This record gives sequence, structure tokens and C-alpha cells, in this order.
Amino acid sequence: MRELFRLTGSEQLSLIRSREISAEEATRACLARMEAVEPRVLAFRCVLRDAALSDARAIDAAFSRGEDPGPLAGLPIAIKDVICLAGHPTTCGSRTLGGFIPAFDATVIERLRNAGAVLFGKTNMDEFAMGSSTENSAYEKTRNPWDLGRVPGGSSGGSAAAVAADMVPLALGSDTGGSIRQPAAFCGVPGLKTTYGRVSRFGLVAFASSLDQIGPFGKSVEDIARSLAVIAGQDPHDSTSASVPVPDYVEELSRGLAPLRIGVPREYFPRGLDSQVGDAVRFVLDRARALGARVEEISLPHTDYAIPTYYILATAEASSNLARYDGVRYGFRAAGAKDLAEMYRRSRSAGFGKEVRRRIMLGTYVLSSGYYDAYYLKAQKVRTLLRNDFVEAFQQVDLIITPTTPSVAFRFGEKTEDPLQMYLSDIFTATINLVGIPALSLPCALSREGLPIGLQVVGPPFGEARLLSAAAALESDLNFRARHRPKALDP
Amino acid sequence: MEFEPVIGLEVHAQLLTQSKIFCGCTTRFGNPPNTNTCPVCLGMPGVLPVLNRKAVEYAIKVGLAVGCEIRGRSLFARKNYFYPDLPKGYQISMYDQPLCVGGGITIETRKDRKRIGLTRIHLEEDAGKLIHQEGADDRTLVDLNRAGVPLIEIVSEPDIASPSEAHTYLTMLRSILLYLGVCDGNMEEGSLRCDANVSVRPAGEKQFGTKVELKNLNSFRFIQKALEYEINRQAEVLQGGGKVVQESRLYDPDSDTTDLMRGKEEAHDYRYFPEPDLLPLIVDQKWIEEIRAGLPELPLERRDRLVAQYGIPAYDADVLTTTRELADYYEAAAKASGNPKGASNWVMGEVLRKLKEEKAEITACPVSPDRLAGLMGLIEAGTISGSLAKEVFEEMWATRHAAPDIVKARGLTQISDEPELLAIIDQVMAANPGPLAQYRAGKSATLGFFMGQVMKATQGKGNPTVIQKLLGEKLKGS
Repeated sequence: MRELFRLTGSEQLSLIRSREISAEEATRACLARMEAVEPRVLAFRCVLRDAALSDARAIDAAFSRGEDPGPLAGLPIAIKDVICLAGHPTTCGSRTLGGFIPAFDATVIERLRNAGAVLFGKTNMDEFAMGSSTENSAYEKTRNPWDLGRVPGGSSGGSAAAVAADMVPLALGSDTGGSIRQPAAFCGVPGLKTTYGRVSRFGLVAFASSLDQIGPFGKSVEDIARSLAVIAGQDPHDSTSASVPVPDYVEELSRGLAPLRIGVPREYFPRGLDSQVGDAVRFVLDRARALGARVEEISLPHTDYAIPTYYILATAEASSNLARYDGVRYGFRAAGAKDLAEMYRRSRSAGFGKEVRRRIMLGTYVLSSGYYDAYYLKAQKVRTLLRNDFVEAFQQVDLIITPTTPSVAFRFGEKTEDPLQMYLSDIFTATINLVGIPALSLPCALSREGLPIGLQVVGPPFGEARLLSAAAALESDLNFRARHRPKALDP
Repeated sequence: MEFEPVIGLEVHAQLLTQSKIFCGCTTRFGNPPNTNTCPVCLGMPGVLPVLNRKAVEYAIKVGLAVGCEIRGRSLFARKNYFYPDLPKGYQISMYDQPLCVGGGITIETRKDRKRIGLTRIHLEEDAGKLIHQEGADDRTLVDLNRAGVPLIEIVSEPDIASPSEAHTYLTMLRSILLYLGVCDGNMEEGSLRCDANVSVRPAGEKQFGTKVELKNLNSFRFIQKALEYEINRQAEVLQGGGKVVQESRLYDPDSDTTDLMRGKEEAHDYRYFPEPDLLPLIVDQKWIEEIRAGLPELPLERRDRLVAQYGIPAYDADVLTTTRELADYYEAAAKASGNPKGASNWVMGEVLRKLKEEKAEITACPVSPDRLAGLMGLIEAGTISGSLAKEVFEEMWATRHAAPDIVKARGLTQISDEPELLAIIDQVMAANPGPLAQYRAGKSATLGFFMGQVMKATQGKGNPTVIQKLLGEKLKGS
């Protein structure tokens, strides 16, 4: 048998389910792999070794009593450190939440537990999910398993790297402007941002409430489908979660690509696009045609406005969402302040990193009286125009395919001095959050430097099932996983 | 120059829901600090608000009662500012799309009735409370029990023309809230709070003057006094050739003055924007109609009905309709006794006096309306006198016994038997030859002395009407 840790989540699940291996063995395999490679990757903020083993043993016990412990029974999963897990530190990559321990589980955590998943650890991230390289973590710089001198992407860089490095078969991330898809592309694993409202946000520490969604990373599209089936669905604790029924994503995976119309927006192949990325996506489009899909060029005319719109709305919401980190009730409080205003100022100045402070200031500015109409309100109007672009597009086509990112993973420090360059990493992904539709990044090729290139498959609202089945068809045609793996971690 | 004030009031009323507006915590007052809390109302990372439907129902109820238009679609917004009693760093409120707009409250002025227009009523969450500890370490403690308690903010138009109108408006508004059962109206506990906007202008002028916001108005009396002070202050500023500055001022009840709290430059920029964690609030017409169908009779309607139905004076009806429970009590007593005016006298007199004395609510009154009617029946039947009845009432209050039982047990039955009373009168006359002579010499005031003596001799049980008649005959001489 191949090394256990190299298997996909779905493969591990079926071995556990058929009792060929125990849940404890699966978890131990992940722990051993983690111990071997984590010192070089630095994907985790903490590993819940004892809790994971005891959860795994409980699953085994349930199996031996003849019970069914659920659809993810015994499968280890890593959680981005922005999702609350009762009793364990949740830092959001920030100094301000150093030592903070939530009192409750996020809804997705509760659902994963009920499905028998083994909660393996919390993964590193850009502070408060603000960033595209995980370099904004206050704690450590996670490395890309394909090239340890490069970033894993962000903000869910720890989750993407943990899966890419085979430390866990599954991980949860959160995506506000590309924070799942961009690191998925950089790390060569599938990652899904769901339709806004598909997955409960309760327990997800908010960055930008109208954009944030939790979603899975896996080693295969099937892994994504299996985990989505567990975490999707309405939640009474989240008023913005949708009552739309959850289809059987796994069952629908085999529907293939044949009758689909695929749109390719010309605005997503701009002049500055890395030619290797463009070529890789065009190659996949040829394969899609060969598999029977109809591929046509479409236009999303307001695309150019997406990044400014995104950075106005996301920062506006963030400036308000992050107001609670004031040092009064929990988290970091600077010592020695003489009065309240000084306590606020010093706690927040020292507690937050540079990028977070920058975004709070941007967001505060665009909401200020006298500027609200020119920025926030106008951005909301542009958001409507962007939505309309996609509504029209989806009258013509079933799915849209674009590059996930304009380039492959960059080197540490390459973009940290130029926030605008960093922001442009989200150019193909942020629009999708503004529109609220689902999109998956699928690894499709390696660049000449041996770095993964991601392809973004975009679907209409609540079109995850169709999107996943199309992605699965492409995945099996491209066979990326069997052909490539990160060599940087080989002994 | 004559100046006239222009006043608008912003009233915050806590809604009497069981749980908070965005989480399941209890709203009970007086629990130990920070025990009525959960991650949601503590503003922990990762929490989300879920709207309490009852709070919306109560707000609609108030809106309907005061004639507002209830909007089918309204929007929560975040009001952003930093303060330790505000856990999230923003208050979830409503801004440019409130739940209720328009409407008005009719008040009774000395001259006539007047309608004070309303701008809007919206829903929001309350903040916590700060407790400043005086002493060596000068600490401030935060109690978040109140954080997240549902509030409605009722904003009036600048239609109020005097401090006493403001007082009347607030009294009527409070009474409406009590009738609807949506707020307990308790200003001491902060369930009802008021800010005022006030400006003055030369009498007859159409243009508004510069307004000043008054805060910390913790009782109706303070509101009236603060307004009086502030109107004078502004008039003096203008008279002296100065300009009123737009600012917020704090009322200090000890000195009965207002002091600058913050100027216009220091005014908060609240950076309102739509609350992304909540969907737009959609209220369908069917629900509104259901709520409308359940509305009780309101104070002014009831007052008018009491006057028409029972023929009692308007003043009585005013007092009796202060709260729904008091009016209910009165109506029950009026019906049971068949004597509406008598019932009104009793309720407004003895009942309210005792309640005030014991700081109790009418709902806790130990003498039920039926029992009160029973007592009134004894007077009417001549079994006891009015003055004795007050004593019996005291005892009913204390023992919760019925009037006839007390009268019987204490042998208080009134003596109306003429021969028995005549015998007593004879004794009294014989014992007081002096006053008798005075009376017969024309000093008729001495009649009162003889009344008192006879009542005393009967231990208060003598029927005063009969005694007066008999005394009249006997004293004139036989």
C-alpha cells in the first residue's frame, strides 16, 4: 500500500469505513507526516495532537459498536485559525488575539464533529485574513511546499500548505476576496469558495461580513464535495445563511462535462497575465471542448472596477468588524495608558499589524461623513453592476472558466513593500465574492519553475453541484495529482 | 424681545421582551453584573446577531398605536463608535430606513388638544452600563447585562412649544407604552430615557434657531426643568447679542443647570452603514394586520369613553386612565358598585393614597374592585357611615377581609334607630347645659359640637343623617 498520508481524503475515508485501517491509524499517519515536514512548512498555529487521537479512538469505538460515526468518520481536518474552536486558542494570526480561547464552536466545527471528522489543528493565516501571502501573520511565515522560498498564498496559506504537504487530507479556509482559491492555486490543491450563504459564518471571525465564506481545501474535487456536503446548509445562528436545500454533492459528481456551455470572459486574460498561466488555462479549455463542452468567449464589462470596489467595501466592513478588539474585554491591552482614549490607541496600534491598520484606516475613511457617497455608496452601486454582468453571463453559459491568479506563487518579500501589487493578486477572485457566487480553484499545470497553476471554475448562485462535477471531469482528464507532487519536501 | 422655544424629543424605550434583541439572553433587571450575557452580546469574535421577532412585533405595535406607517422593508445599520459599554464597537440600530415613519401623539394642553408629530420609530440594541468607582484606584467597571436589550427610539418632530408640553407629551407617550404592555416605563431603572433638542426663536419667526441637544434627563421633572433652564439660557444669549452654538449639553439636577458636554467639532462621526450580518427586515401586511387587531384601547380613547359612559369628570378620567391596570380596576369597581362617581372618589382617594403610601402598583392592591364595591354598598345601605368606611377600608387593606365581615366582627353596624339615638342625645344635652344655652341663644355653630359628642357616645356608629335630623329637632327646644 502507498503511504497512507499521500491518499486523498476520500480514499482514506473508504479505508476507514471498510475497517482496513482504523481512524487512529489515519490520524497517526497524519501526525507522523506533520512531524516530519511541519518544521519546514510552518503551516500550523497549533496541532491538537491529544484531542485528535482521542477523537479518532472514539470513532473507532463507535465503529466497533456497529454505529455509523458519520460521513467524514475518522478523517483528519485542519482548521484555519479564524474559525472558533471551543477551548483552543484562536489567534486569527494576530497579536491582538494572542492567548484568546473561544467559549464556543463555530457551526462548521459542530457539523464536522457530528460527521465524525477529527479536528487536527489550527492553521496559520494572514492577520484577520487580510493578505495574499500569509506573510501578514503575526506569528510565522508559512512556506509553499512546492518551493520553500515562496509564499503559499493567502490568507488561508496554512490550510493550503497543510493539504499540499500531505499533513492532512482536508482543511477549512475562509475566502473574502480569494483567500481560499489563491492559496489553493499557489499550492496545487483544489479549494472552493461557496455561494454566499451556503455555509454558516457563525464562529468565523469576521473580516468583511458581506463577502466572507468558509470553504474546504482537499486533495481532490471529491474531497471538496464530501466536506461541503457536511458543512453546507442553513444555520439559525447566521441570518445570512440560505434556506436553499443542500443537494447530494457526492452523488452528482459523476455528471461530467459533456452538455455544458463554458464561458471565457475576455477581461480575465489581460496583457499583464503571466503567459504560462494563460497558456495553461487555454490548454484546459481545449480539453473541455474535447470532452464535449461548448466553450465561448463572453464579456464581463465591469471587471476593471472590481478591485477598487472590493477594497472599499471590504475595508469598510473590516473597520467596523475589528472595532471590538479594543482591549476592554479580551485580547491584547497595552499597559500604562493614562486614559481611555490612550488605552484604545495603544492597544490597537500595538495589537494590529501594519496591513490590518492600513485597512482599518481605509475603511474608516470611506465611511466617513462627506466621503460615504463618493466611496461606499458608489462601490455598492458598482457591486450591483458586477452582479448584473454575471446574471447576464449565466443566461448564456453554465459555467465560467478563468485563471485563478495572474501569476504563480511569488517569493517572500516580493510584494510586501507594494500593497497595490499584493492587492492585484486578487484580481480574478475578488469579483466573485462581490457577486456572491461559488468558484473553485483547480490545479491544472506546472510552470517551468515547477510551480502549480490554478484554474478558476465559476458557477451561478448555489450551482456548487454542477461546478463540482465539471471540475471533477477536468480533474480526472488532467490528472494533475498523479503527475505532480511537491518535491521540496522529499527527504 | 419675546422668544419662543422649539422642542423635539428623542425617547428610548426598553421593550419588555423575555430575551435580548439579537441573542437568547434574559433581559431581567437587577441580576448580578455580567450574568445576563453570552458570546453574542459580549461581542466575542465570530458571533452573529439573530433578530428577536417579538421585539419587531412590539415596535410595530407602538408604531400602529401612534399612527405610523409601518415599512414593509427596513434596514438595520451599524452606528460605529468606541466606548467600553459597547462590546462590538458599534451599535446595531436603524438609520435611513427605519421600521416606522410618521404618526403622532395627541396631547391635552390647557387650552385644547394638540398633535405632536413623530418623525420615526426605529429598533436598536441597548449598550451596557459603566460603574465608576471613586477611590484610590479610580476604576471603571463594565456591566453588560443591559447590552443587547431591545430598544425603540421614538423621535418627535419639533412640534413641542413649551417645557410643560414636553412633560405632557412624555406622560402620554409613557402611558401609551404602558397600555400596549411593551415597556414598563420605569425611568429610575432606565427603561425609559429621553434626550431633548431645543432651540429658541423670536416669537412669530418661522425659521428655527440653532438647536442644542440636552442629555441625562432622567425624570419627567428633570426634563421640564432642564428645558426651562436651557430656554432661558438661550434667550439670554440671544438677547445679549450672542449666538447659540450647536452642541450637546448635560443637565445637572443638583445645580439645575446645563453644562457643555461636547461641541459640534467633537461630535461623533458614526459612520453608519447597512448591517451586513442581518437581512433587510421584511414585514408583511398580514402580520401588521394581526398586530393591529390585537391593539388595546389607548389612554385618550379610554379617557373619552369613561367620561361618556360613566359620566365622571374629565379630570377623574385623566387620573384613572394613567395606566391600563388602574383604568381596569376603576371600571370593575364602577360596574360592581353601580355607582361610577362614588367608585371614582374611592379609587382616586383612598386607593391611590394607600398605593402611594406603600409605593405599590394597582395590580398589587389588596382590596379587589368587588370588595371595594361591597364596602360602597354598606355605605349606601346605611349600614356604616362614610367616615367609618375609611377605617374599614384600612382594615380591608391590612387583613384582606371583606367589608361586611369586618363590620360584623367589630360590631360597627351603624345605629339608625331613632329611639336609641334620642336617648343618647338626651344624655348629651343633659351633660352639656352650657353649650345648650349658647345654642338656644342663637349660636347655631354649637350644632357641630353636639354632633361630635353624639358620634363619640355612639363610638362613631351613629348614622350622621339621622342624628343631625334628631339633634335639629331636640336642640330647638321642647
